Amino acid sequence: MSALDFVVLIGSMLGIAIYGIWRTRGRRGLNTYLKGDAKTAWFAIGLSVMATQASAITFLSTPGQGYLGGLGFVQIYFGLPIALIIIAAIFLPIFRQLNVYTAYEYLGWRFDSKTRLLGASLFLLQRGLGAGLTIYAPSIVLATVFGWPLNLTIISSGLVVIVYTVMGGSGAVTVTQKYQMAIIFAGMVTAFCLLVVKLPAGLSFTDTLALAGGFQKVNAVNFSTNVHERYTFWSGLFGGTFLMLAYFGTDQSQVQRYLSGASLREGRLGLMFNAVCKIPMQFGILLLGVLIFVFYQFEQPPLFFNATLRQYLAEHGSDPKLRAYETDFHSIHAQTNRQIEDWLKARHDGDRSAATAAFGAALTSHQQGEKIRQEAAKTLSAINSGTAASDADYVFITFILQQLPHGVIGLLVAAFFAAALSSKAAELNALGSCTTVDFYRQIIKSEATDTHWVTASKWFTAFWGLVAIGFALYAHLVENLIQAVNILGSIFYGVMLGLFVVAFFLRRVGGTAVFWAALVSQTLVFVLYFNLTISYLWYPLIGCAACVVLSILLQTFLPNVGQVEMRET
Amino acid sequence: MKPPTALNSVAPEGEDTGLPWLRTWKGVYLVVIINFVLWVTMLVALTDFFS
Repeated sequence: MSALDFVVLIGSMLGIAIYGIWRTRGRRGLNTYLKGDAKTAWFAIGLSVMATQASAITFLSTPGQGYLGGLGFVQIYFGLPIALIIIAAIFLPIFRQLNVYTAYEYLGWRFDSKTRLLGASLFLLQRGLGAGLTIYAPSIVLATVFGWPLNLTIISSGLVVIVYTVMGGSGAVTVTQKYQMAIIFAGMVTAFCLLVVKLPAGLSFTDTLALAGGFQKVNAVNFSTNVHERYTFWSGLFGGTFLMLAYFGTDQSQVQRYLSGASLREGRLGLMFNAVCKIPMQFGILLLGVLIFVFYQFEQPPLFFNATLRQYLAEHGSDPKLRAYETDFHSIHAQTNRQIEDWLKARHDGDRSAATAAFGAALTSHQQGEKIRQEAAKTLSAINSGTAASDADYVFITFILQQLPHGVIGLLVAAFFAAALSSKAAELNALGSCTTVDFYRQIIKSEATDTHWVTASKWFTAFWGLVAIGFALYAHLVENLIQAVNILGSIFYGVMLGLFVVAFFLRRVGGTAVFWAALVSQTLVFVLYFNLTISYLWYPLIGCAACVVLSILLQTFLPNVGQVEMRET
Repeated sequence: MKPPTALNSVAPEGEDTGLPWLRTWKGVYLVVIINFVLWVTMLVALTDFFS
């Protein structure tokens, strides 16, 4: 990175953080600290909801998913519009009518304290772990690529977000997210445009898609009913609906975003904005990865995108076996490139049989290249066990560094940090709010002044920020980064959603029945996760269904318990 | 605490959306669903045409 890149990066990050603190100065009440000034318009809420979900991992890793696996990952978002409509129509009016700070307050209102604490505990557990990953994931990629000290990157980015989230509360999160999203969009659109310009001049839009399609990169929708396949239309529509319903409806980091709206209308429109824009946005990010794949059919790609592997190769370049992998990979890529040029010429000449033959040959060469890459990765992993991380997380950043001009590099790295800070800020804000409202105020100190609550909330926010930094300093990668975050959510979200589904729709079920049903269901999800190989998208559905069915069964066998609880409330 | 039945009074669907062409929330939800169906159709067509 050049000096210009650093000026763009540090200027935009610190500028937004300072602006957030300045805009929210003097806010002293708990209501304004946890919900903002109740003037937030729908567009700001929409961007805030989007920024909270779209972490740096989304922008770093998703193009890599597109590069390696094509457009199929978009199916995970098929349940999102349905989930957001359900939340806008049912969840949001109830949360607003009760004027709750956290979603789990509603569980206490509907059931009892122990169920409220269970819901809040599940949130703190999974979001607390997720918060560490949110800060670790971009740091490991950026530190590896730029050669920055990893721990310093984690600590410095973590401290920036702690400072403005603690000082400004929910209002600062919303204000900063608006500008952070602007930087993210500017960066991604710039990268997309420059990538399109860099594609060969003779390659039309349909040529590009035909080329990508021939390599199975445009397989956006898969109607397979095989539950072991990770991304299908059905797992996205049904499993994805439950995953998104749980995430947007019961995760405090999201609930807090749309509860900050000036009115019910603003919150609903903010959610509908996401329901309309999220699939196109994810499609665009994945398409970026597919276009990078096409770009590298005409340019020599590295044997590995993963910076750790590349660094290892550079340091051990004299090893004849490793050198042979690189030489073979380069020569097979040159051969693939010639065959693709032949295909393009035959396609433009209208010679279909020559085009089919050339593409078939290119496909075979490409597969040979991938085989060399896999063998090289296996050899490197055997030599050095620390080099096994996924290539997907490094594809986009490698392209940026090798192909884009200075200034734009700074803008895109700023976009990654903006995404990291925006989602992290919302998470810390939610973790601090939940700890204050659902634990501290509920269990330890029920009577105090507003100033005391705000001070406590600030301390808890800072505490969770430090926990996240501590976790990030010791985190290790599991598969691809974005998948690790989604898998973690899938394990806990189903049961959390089950608690709310029972609360909203099964009026006869009491607190004790749903409490034990939730505990048994969460255990069941853990057991299934470690023993089955089905797509993780099904676990929210399984967890939710188990919690609902068990609640009904327990309530049937424990009718008296339910009646006692209803009298107590 | 309030009894759970108090939530029966929640009936915000009649509230004006404030949007120029979509006055009801049901209309807004319908537009969102239509947008979703159009995107899925486009993605299916893209898959069928280029894969």
